[in-house]
Amino acid sequence: MAIEKLLKDEATEEKGERARMASFVGAMAIADLVKTTLGPKGMDKILQSTGRGHSVTVTNDGATILKSLHIDNPAAKVLVDISKVQDDEVGDGTTSVVVLAGELLREAEKLVNAKIHPMTIISGYRMAAECAKNALLEKVVDNKLDAEKFKADLMKIAMTTLSSKILSQDKEHFAKLAVDAVMRLKGSTNLEAIQIIKKPGGSLKDSFLDEGFILDKKIGVGQPKRIENAKILVANTAMDTDKVKIYGARVRVDSMAKVAEIEVAEKEKMREKVQKIINHGINCFVNRQLIYNFPEELFADAGVLAIEHADFDGIERLALVTGGEIASTFDNPESVKLGHCKLIEEIMIGEDKLIHFSGVDMGQACTIVLRGASPHMLDEAERSLHDALCVLSQTVNDSRVLLGGGWPEMVMAKSVDELARKTPGKRSHAIEAFSRALVAIPTTIADNAGLDSAELIAQLRAEHHKEGSNAGIDVISGSVGDMAELGISEAFKVKQAVLLSATEAAEMILRVDEIITCAPRRREDRM
Amino acid sequence: MALAFDEFGRPFIILKEQEQKTRLRGLDAQKANIASGKAVARILRTSLGPKGMDKMLQSPDGDVTITNDGATILEQMDVDNQIAKLMVELSRSQDYEIGDGTTGVVVMAGALLEQAEKLLERGIHPIRIAEGYEVASRIAFEHLERISHKFEFSATNIEPLVQTCMTTLSSKIVNRCKRSLAEIAVKAVLAVADLERKDVNLDLIKVEGKVGGKLEDTELIFGIVVDKDMSHPQMPKQIEDAKIAILTCPFEPPKPKTKHKVDIDTVEKFQTLRQQEQKYFDDMVQKCKDVGATLVICQWGFDDEANHLLMNRNLPAVRWVGGVELELIAIATGGRIVPRFQELTPEKLGRAGLVREKAFGTTKDRMIYIEHCANSRAVTIFIRGGNKMMIEETKRSIHDALCVARNLIRNNSIVYGGGSAEISCSIAVEAAADKYPGVEQYAIRGFADALDAIPMALAENSGLQPIETLSAVKSQQIKENNSCCGIDCNDVGTNDMREQNVFETLIGKQQQILLATQVVKMILKIDDVISPSDY
Repeated sequence: MAIEKLLKDEATEEKGERARMASFVGAMAIADLVKTTLGPKGMDKILQSTGRGHSVTVTNDGATILKSLHIDNPAAKVLVDISKVQDDEVGDGTTSVVVLAGELLREAEKLVNAKIHPMTIISGYRMAAECAKNALLEKVVDNKLDAEKFKADLMKIAMTTLSSKILSQDKEHFAKLAVDAVMRLKGSTNLEAIQIIKKPGGSLKDSFLDEGFILDKKIGVGQPKRIENAKILVANTAMDTDKVKIYGARVRVDSMAKVAEIEVAEKEKMREKVQKIINHGINCFVNRQLIYNFPEELFADAGVLAIEHADFDGIERLALVTGGEIASTFDNPESVKLGHCKLIEEIMIGEDKLIHFSGVDMGQACTIVLRGASPHMLDEAERSLHDALCVLSQTVNDSRVLLGGGWPEMVMAKSVDELARKTPGKRSHAIEAFSRALVAIPTTIADNAGLDSAELIAQLRAEHHKEGSNAGIDVISGSVGDMAELGISEAFKVKQAVLLSATEAAEMILRVDEIITCAPRRREDRM
Repeated sequence: MALAFDEFGRPFIILKEQEQKTRLRGLDAQKANIASGKAVARILRTSLGPKGMDKMLQSPDGDVTITNDGATILEQMDVDNQIAKLMVELSRSQDYEIGDGTTGVVVMAGALLEQAEKLLERGIHPIRIAEGYEVASRIAFEHLERISHKFEFSATNIEPLVQTCMTTLSSKIVNRCKRSLAEIAVKAVLAVADLERKDVNLDLIKVEGKVGGKLEDTELIFGIVVDKDMSHPQMPKQIEDAKIAILTCPFEPPKPKTKHKVDIDTVEKFQTLRQQEQKYFDDMVQKCKDVGATLVICQWGFDDEANHLLMNRNLPAVRWVGGVELELIAIATGGRIVPRFQELTPEKLGRAGLVREKAFGTTKDRMIYIEHCANSRAVTIFIRGGNKMMIEETKRSIHDALCVARNLIRNNSIVYGGGSAEISCSIAVEAAADKYPGVEQYAIRGFADALDAIPMALAENSGLQPIETLSAVKSQQIKENNSCCGIDCNDVGTNDMREQNVFETLIGKQQQILLATQVVKMILKIDDVISPSDY
């Protein structure tokens, strides 16, 4: 007798080999998609959104590419997810993690075809990942104590990260920008304090780091354009009509005269509020919410610079920079901490007027102004810079550094290979496969640069056979080079995260032997 | 059949619109039901044991879940068949009652159904089969009691508990760090357990996850973690010896529930109202300050003005804290939840040694840790992991481990795992079968065969020869009269589960057998399935 339908209509079920194949294929497709963006000579992708306007993004940031894809294959979703997490956690290596996971699965597929049980492969991968991590740990360099060297390390890391991005032309310039910005944070990983302002026009070289703070706002009409020794009150309060907050209150009047009276009272209230604010002895007032014309006029009369509608991040940063607190009530002027800065002035960048706060007390926050030919360029530049900033801020906390250019992969591959030889049983095949997957990363870098990868990797492998080799791929000259001399470094934390997340993801996909897809939820057809 | 005649010979309809319904009767109905029950069991069969595989489930919204927890798989499977739904229920009730063994119970039920099918074909009445199963399950139940061992543990010696939790965790994806997770689970349970009354309130253990980091970073926090940050960015990030006011009233002007209106018709009224409002905020904050609170945790939001006043008076605050978390905080800090500002008194404040805000990763993720609480009964397990699916799966695994530890504290009897208990029961039931005259004897034998299904599946999933391994272990059990022989899934080299330290809880196993038998009995008793045909 036929088994009655077990699942709901349209729900599908895939079992055993088929399920495994579906997930392998999906995961590898994703990995191949981003593969060509890896390395300093990686290519970019154009993404066109399906939304209105079909806006276009040009990027080679793995996380950005994957985020924008609509994916149906569940295994592919796992990869997209790890790339996202990598982005949130360390900021860089989003492509590497997907490529490595894809390679691990590609190797696993071969092993499965050779009739090795997935669980055996997983246990081999685990041993290999542990061994690879230890190999890296042995080789790390930590220059935390030596400030000079540490800064040089940061600089190298920033350059290495940026070299694969659109900013590679001016990587030195940007690396310096990023290092300076991160050093100002003094160990905090809160990148919110670094503001990035994008202004089309000029060239990438014209981008600069500003020690002060730049607010992309205009100064109210008739107010001073330049204030020295400014005392700033940062506020979050309603400056339109100060509504009565008690619930259910409403105005009910019986004559026009009363309306006028209440209006006067309202104005009076606002005037009082403004007066209270001015009584703080300030000459600059920055509010998060709107400032209506009437109070603005009052401020102008008092010679106070009023800036309205700064977004919340802006306010928070401004408070950080100037050392003031965000105020919402103004009854006790003596207890509110005011912010200070030496000079507020309106500056022009390109066509736009911005407000520039310089000579601030606390140097935590800073602003990077990016200039570039087109908005797409600027967007990509921002993403690249963000990656660099993320990596640097993580490195400040965990100062262990490795060499780059495929060096860590080769080191890991070497020790994993040794482990494979020592391990009895079927697991050794999996361990060997792991090492092959690791080598795939330098191979991809070389391939993307148009080099003879087979030749290069063989040379590299021979080079690494010697103890303490610093050999890696020098993409520029197209040969094997000394990474320490070339100054190519990577953060240990990034590499470790790549290794662990990729293994974890591969393991997760390997363990699956059945995929059950529920019927997609029907959307109401509004057409 | 659905048409009957009354005493005047007029036909009347018993089953309305009969043609439009599909109907299965008699043996066909039973067979169809058994087939669908078996189909569900077959899906779960490969997930059993330490070498079991995972299932990938895609929800209607496209979210992906990867798990090998039986209850979760079945719940998300979107099952349509009625009998299959019964199996889902079965797994769920095992989850509620015991928390672990959700896969095993379904596999067991599937095996029982399979045996029942064979017996039905030989013409045995379903009710007789059901009765036979009932008798057999009682025998197995008692036998389990006999072969169980009491084991000793105390607050200082947690090793046995950890071992048991490790058995549970070894079948999950987290088995890479099962040792540390098992320790975390046991410590968490012991922290909240009432060893005198042998009771554990699992609600006191909060499992919180955050994507990022690695599984090894998972930690047990003797306190509460709240996924919130301070309401004002400039409030202090660390408070020592905090006195916490726990409020369920917003820092906002009052909103009476009865509908009302405040009419403003003169300038004076407008002004008084304004002053009232300002005073109101001031009073609220002052009230908190007066009772000596150094931290305010509030279930609701704050008005901007109140927020600044709090900041101004140096009173850090956390807003929008969920009700459950609020309760946990109250329990942990020994404070009382205060619904109105007027009722705030110094005695109602909670106390915590350290409250700090911690930032994660490159994004603006912050969490608040409340530690060294006055009453450290509430704990939090904070899970880190590579991706969201991993965290979800870890949460489920930890939940299972917690349940196992709790069950052991309630009842410290264990049986050995690795299928050894099932094999031992199977032998006992087989031996007992001969004593029963009548047709039930066959059903009892069928039950014994069904019990073999679990070790068989274990062996199969571990890549061993199922029949060969099972018969070897069975003969060894009888020969050595040793009920601890099981399937050597991890290729350790011995099949004595005592040496491998593979335990399961007695109540978990007993419950599995009872629940599976009950459901199978229910399915067997159905002889007519009427369902509306497709519309």
